[in-house]
Amino acid sequence: MAVSVNEAVSTGPGRDHTPSTRRRGGRGRSVLEVALLTVLAVVMLFPVLWMIETSIKENRDVYAIPAKFFDFKVTLDHFKDVFAASGGGRSALSVSFLNSVVVAGVSTALATVLGVPAAWAYSRFSVKAKKDQLFFILSTRFMPPVVVVIPIFLMYRQLGLIDNKLGLILIYTAFNVPFTIWMMKGFVDEVPAEYEDAAMLDGYTRLQAFWKFTLPLLLPGIAATAVFALIFSWNEFVFAIFLTSSDSVRTAPPAIAGLIGGTTVDWGLVAAASVVFALPVLVFAYLVRKHLVAGVTLGAVRR
Amino acid sequence: MAGIEVTTLHKRYPDGTVAVEQVDLSIGDGELFVMLGPSGCGKTTTLRAIAGLERQTSGDIRIGDTLVNDLPPAERDIAMVFQFYALYPHLRTRDNLAFPLRAEGLPKAEVQERVDEAARLMRLGPLLDRRPHRLSGGEQQRVALARALVRRPRAFLMDEPLTNLDAELRADMRTEIKHLQGELGTTMVYVTHDQVEAMSLGHRIAILNKGRVEQIGTPLEVYDRPASLFCAAFIGSPPMNLIEVEVADGKLRSQGGLVLTPPPGLPRDRRLVAGVRPEALEVTEPGAEGSVPARVVSAEWLGDEIIYVVDHGGQRDVRVRMAPTVRFAADAPVGLRHTGGPPPVYDVDTEELVA
Repeated sequence: MAVSVNEAVSTGPGRDHTPSTRRRGGRGRSVLEVALLTVLAVVMLFPVLWMIETSIKENRDVYAIPAKFFDFKVTLDHFKDVFAASGGGRSALSVSFLNSVVVAGVSTALATVLGVPAAWAYSRFSVKAKKDQLFFILSTRFMPPVVVVIPIFLMYRQLGLIDNKLGLILIYTAFNVPFTIWMMKGFVDEVPAEYEDAAMLDGYTRLQAFWKFTLPLLLPGIAATAVFALIFSWNEFVFAIFLTSSDSVRTAPPAIAGLIGGTTVDWGLVAAASVVFALPVLVFAYLVRKHLVAGVTLGAVRR
Repeated sequence: MAGIEVTTLHKRYPDGTVAVEQVDLSIGDGELFVMLGPSGCGKTTTLRAIAGLERQTSGDIRIGDTLVNDLPPAERDIAMVFQFYALYPHLRTRDNLAFPLRAEGLPKAEVQERVDEAARLMRLGPLLDRRPHRLSGGEQQRVALARALVRRPRAFLMDEPLTNLDAELRADMRTEIKHLQGELGTTMVYVTHDQVEAMSLGHRIAILNKGRVEQIGTPLEVYDRPASLFCAAFIGSPPMNLIEVEVADGKLRSQGGLVLTPPPGLPRDRRLVAGVRPEALEVTEPGAEGSVPARVVSAEWLGDEIIYVVDHGGQRDVRVRMAPTVRFAADAPVGLRHTGGPPPVYDVDTEELVA
């Protein structure tokens, strides 16, 4: 599809060589494609645009009928409200954002620290019933997490992990470790084991060989995997809403959802909170985009 | 420098696969010893056990006088060259060479001197400041060899080092490795599945199959008297003709009537197979003296020789190697006769050499 779009756009002299029939056919097709893609893009992006618009509108413009698309007064009050409480001090929302950062960050770090060495071990060593073990690990991801909410809730109540950030960290780690192991095993398989063999003959222990030679080569893969794990923990809603209740523990998704309800809904605040919520993942993905691409195309390592 | 003794080596993996059933090797000091076999025969596992990269399930490995069973690879004082060259991708050639020496903690001046020496031996001068991804396959392998050299180890272990190179380069590197080994006089254990490589390099060859040693001998011994049907079929291209024979009137006679000189000491009352090299047969004009009637099935014109596939009424067609001047058309009626001395004879049931 992208190729066709290029055809439609580029009008350089080189194009003149293409037979006119093919060119006309190609252009007709691409006009249609561009039109369809535009419609699709508008439909897909409209909620996002509307969210951003709403977050910078004054309240009376938010409720204006007919809706105002362009001629409204821009304000950043809603963003201020996201972070500062009306009576001064930090708002409950800002606390929940901090909680989200802690929970998502720690659980991603834990999943990576546990999952990468496990993936390495599964890739490098001959383990009894390796395939069965790997299948078992994967099988924990077969069911939708919602299915186990109630049992987890009961277990957590016994353990005193309800309404506790540690509880969320543990459950997110538990969901991310299998994912990390599976994704990282593919990456480790791509890195030739001979590097470690050579390093061991050069005087390093197996762990040092892994640490000094294999790990640096795995960094793109780790970055890609960590981004996915982070996005999962950051966005997770079901467990967060079931396992936490107080404002001081709650993560952002249930906190934002909590804004909706009651007699009036401050849509401006909801939209501003959503924008703030969406930003970190976007920024993080942008920062590691090089690694993400490298991670997806790791097979290009020369062997 | 040191010899290597491998005694009743056995390796079974935790998942139950047996990679090495039983291997005994006695590799002399300064010898270029080749382990040859098809993939999965246990040759690489044996090599890795010698290197210390795998721990054998049972059996002993001695390098020189040292029992190395429980020594980590680094303390065995050996260097290994891999099929995939395993150069550290983030280091320039110079640093790749210096790496094992720095790991040992040698003083800078000596590291420099040894790197220069290895670079000179392998003619790496212009490559010293490049990273591996800017080297061709052949260059990478020369760097890998040089990296093994700088250590001045007691033994070199080579794990199919030439497999990834193209044919021409492979022949050059083969010569280079053989020359180098001769010059340094260091013990070398060389693993390959390529019989040409094995024959041209090895002082002695061990043929492995299914985790066992089938035969150990010089290239000529292995070629002339393969110890089993497996070795007979594995060495030589085209391989030995395995012709079922019967003993009659003090001669060996094939089903098609081909007569072979029998070796002494043939057992009686057993089904026998004679191993006849393609160059020990001759395609003749029909009815020539001592020949049996046969027919050319096909001919492979290789330039320096012709391989005739000939049907003489036996169970299997035989291959005959002839000079390029002797020409018969396909399907032509010809004669076939044996020209060599007594061939090795094998028992069909035990698949082993009986005479």
